[in-house]
Amino acid sequence: MKQFGFSAMTPRVIDYDGDDNRILNYVLRKEPSFTICMSCGCCTASCSASNLISFNVRKLGVLLRRGISDELEKEINKCMLCGKCNLVCPRGINTRNVILSIKKALTKIDENEL
Amino acid sequence: MNLDGKKAIWANYQKDIADDKYFYVRSCVRQNFFPGAETTFLRMMKDVLHKDIFENPCHTSCSGIGYHSDLLPLETTMTVVARQFSVMNESGYENLVPSCITSFGLYTEIIDTWHHFPETLDKTREFLKKATGREFEIPKNLAHASDVFYKFRKEIKEKATYSLVNKQTGKPLRVVEHIGCHYAKMFPSKGVGGAEYPHVLVGMIEDWGGEIVDYPERRHCCGFGFRQFAVMANRGYSLSNSKKKFESMQPYEPDMIITNCPGCPLFLDKWQYTLSELEGKTYGKDGRGIPVFTFEEVAGLILGFDPWDIGLQMHQVGTESILDKIGIKYDPEKKYLGKNDKKLSKPLQPTFAL
Amino acid sequence: MNKSVVVIGGGIAGMETAACLAEKGVKVTLFEKNEKVGGNVANWHSLFPTIRQSTEIIQHLEKRLKDSSVTVITNTLVSNISKEGSMITVKGGDARLSTDAVVLASGFQIFDSKRKEEFGYGIYDNVITSSDLEAMMKKDQPITTKSGKPINRVAFIHCVGSRDEKVGNHYCSKICCVTGVKQAIVLRSKIPQTEIFCFYIDLRMYGAGFEELYREAQEKHGVQFVRGRLSEAAENIDGTLQIKAEDTLSGRPLKMKIDLMVLLAGMEPSDGTKSLGKNIGLTQRMGAFIKPADEHFSQNKCSMEGMFLSGTCSGPMSINETLSDARSAAQIVEQYLMNK
Repeated sequence: MKQFGFSAMTPRVIDYDGDDNRILNYVLRKEPSFTICMSCGCCTASCSASNLISFNVRKLGVLLRRGISDELEKEINKCMLCGKCNLVCPRGINTRNVILSIKKALTKIDENEL
Repeated sequence: MNLDGKKAIWANYQKDIADDKYFYVRSCVRQNFFPGAETTFLRMMKDVLHKDIFENPCHTSCSGIGYHSDLLPLETTMTVVARQFSVMNESGYENLVPSCITSFGLYTEIIDTWHHFPETLDKTREFLKKATGREFEIPKNLAHASDVFYKFRKEIKEKATYSLVNKQTGKPLRVVEHIGCHYAKMFPSKGVGGAEYPHVLVGMIEDWGGEIVDYPERRHCCGFGFRQFAVMANRGYSLSNSKKKFESMQPYEPDMIITNCPGCPLFLDKWQYTLSELEGKTYGKDGRGIPVFTFEEVAGLILGFDPWDIGLQMHQVGTESILDKIGIKYDPEKKYLGKNDKKLSKPLQPTFAL
Repeated sequence: MNKSVVVIGGGIAGMETAACLAEKGVKVTLFEKNEKVGGNVANWHSLFPTIRQSTEIIQHLEKRLKDSSVTVITNTLVSNISKEGSMITVKGGDARLSTDAVVLASGFQIFDSKRKEEFGYGIYDNVITSSDLEAMMKKDQPITTKSGKPINRVAFIHCVGSRDEKVGNHYCSKICCVTGVKQAIVLRSKIPQTEIFCFYIDLRMYGAGFEELYREAQEKHGVQFVRGRLSEAAENIDGTLQIKAEDTLSGRPLKMKIDLMVLLAGMEPSDGTKSLGKNIGLTQRMGAFIKPADEHFSQNKCSMEGMFLSGTCSGPMSINETLSDARSAAQIVEQYLMNK
């Protein structure tokens, strides 16, 4: 193959029709209150971890909804499970359970159970 | 799709295009990569449409290429543009017809800037006077070369020998039309048909017998932006834009692409080769490429000019498939012969036949 | 009392003001340019926040009008209004009335979505507006794509023709967001397997019951909300639409294939409001809506004495607000007539 010194780039557009929804479906089964998240960002604001490192719970929730799970595994391990997000959520979502469900789903995918 | 909706929009965006007495300024890219196209344009205007079109050898590049690559400050570009106008005034003409879309966009933008910020116009007069001793007036009419052909498309049709119809099946050729970004995106009112559904090429193609393909990425840029490809490291960006267009138009199985900008056919043509080498993918119906033309070349073809005089041998994606479909007579042996049948060398074959 | 009032416009505001004034003994004449009274609400199917049928409102007001002594003149456009001393002359059709006060209830019209060229309304088959959807629901016909295929995914586009410099409407039309949420819920109940997305800039859920409706849409009906304004729509080879927006909450551009796109078109002053406002030289606001004399103390008065405002001719309003405004207008007119 000829080398040109450049190549075509991978699009970073979220192509809604091409994404993997297994983790999302599992989380919605385990924690149905996740449907009423309105991405207000209160969780991220109170997060102990995101004060010091780049960890954004709200954004992970949005990416999860769009079926983008490539960053999820690396990012979700940054959560310290302190529960502050749970305290402040104005919609009353059990955010801690959402995070634990994501972790559970990732393990299940590794073990080919999803 | 409901065509009446589009027709209503086209009716809203009509512009004033001069009748005669044109001053032609050439395009940097078209001159170099598709020289036959400009010769064909001039030949058509003079010999076929019998118009007064004049070209002054003292004119220069509009310097848009420098301005858009951040090499020239705006004041310099304004002064160069002012000099072009001065050369035009000197030759006794008022109607400017640039060959290049970026030039057209640049002239429109600068005239608009002078209109809203008169102090820049005064400064430009001062700069031009100091640098060259020249004075200038703003052109009365500014229309791109494709606008002029749009205006005379019916006259061209009357004199045409061929039309954009597939001789074997009797069906119209499926044409993708691509407009240069600088034609209407900045000033939609200055483009025939506006920016969303431009009519300048649609009008020509439909009158000449072709069928327009309306695909989702129709409005997308082809990637020919000077700063996108000037540096090699950026060219992947440029390539990806063209790729996006090709992937979008492929399901519609177009026969050809027609553009009005000089840079767009350069890229839409050459990137098909690059993509075939990099990814092994071609986008034409028969596993080959989709031939790309400019509007001058198409006009020349339907009038019966010899394809090699128009300069089609310079195209990367072979145009013979279209010539055969339209039924144009040409001599394949003469493709790579120069003036007086002088033998010139032949290009190498790419990995995938395009 | 032996005073007279002309009400211009037979929409819900005009009907309510006319009926209230007639009940107080005023001689009221109501002009309506169309064949029937009812205005924009008569074309609507169901109303937020309770999703009641719009016919309930119309029937209630029609009955009040019929039971009152209001003279209703339909199929007549008011062509001229001029002040003559302490009276006002109103010309419409063949009628020429000299009256003590005039109530302008000429209302609004829906923004013409053809002006947003990039959305392809009037060009692509499967792009409709919120009012088109209400008409479809009113006919109680199955909701499919133009070619009759089932709908798997719908996108509602907020802020069409509102908050938009390019079409000259800077203001927010207030009620379109909640209309979109209501329509999403009603649509979901008609086509349960459909995925619904709402593309918004800001969600204006200002009224009683609106936030609850938003939550219900998410919780019970699985409606998804994407914060990002639609930039363009294009048609695919199979008739579906490809739409592009930015998913601002994740910071990435988004591309989606949908079967039906519903444009939540905003409110613009009606042609009547625009032309009458211009002819009389009334002070305008938010484009060509009529400016009330005072935001807090005289919302129903305008810059001309003897002329009063009722309903959406002064700005976007929901139905319950319009009716409150109409009643308030009747009371202010009555006060004016008593002091005249």
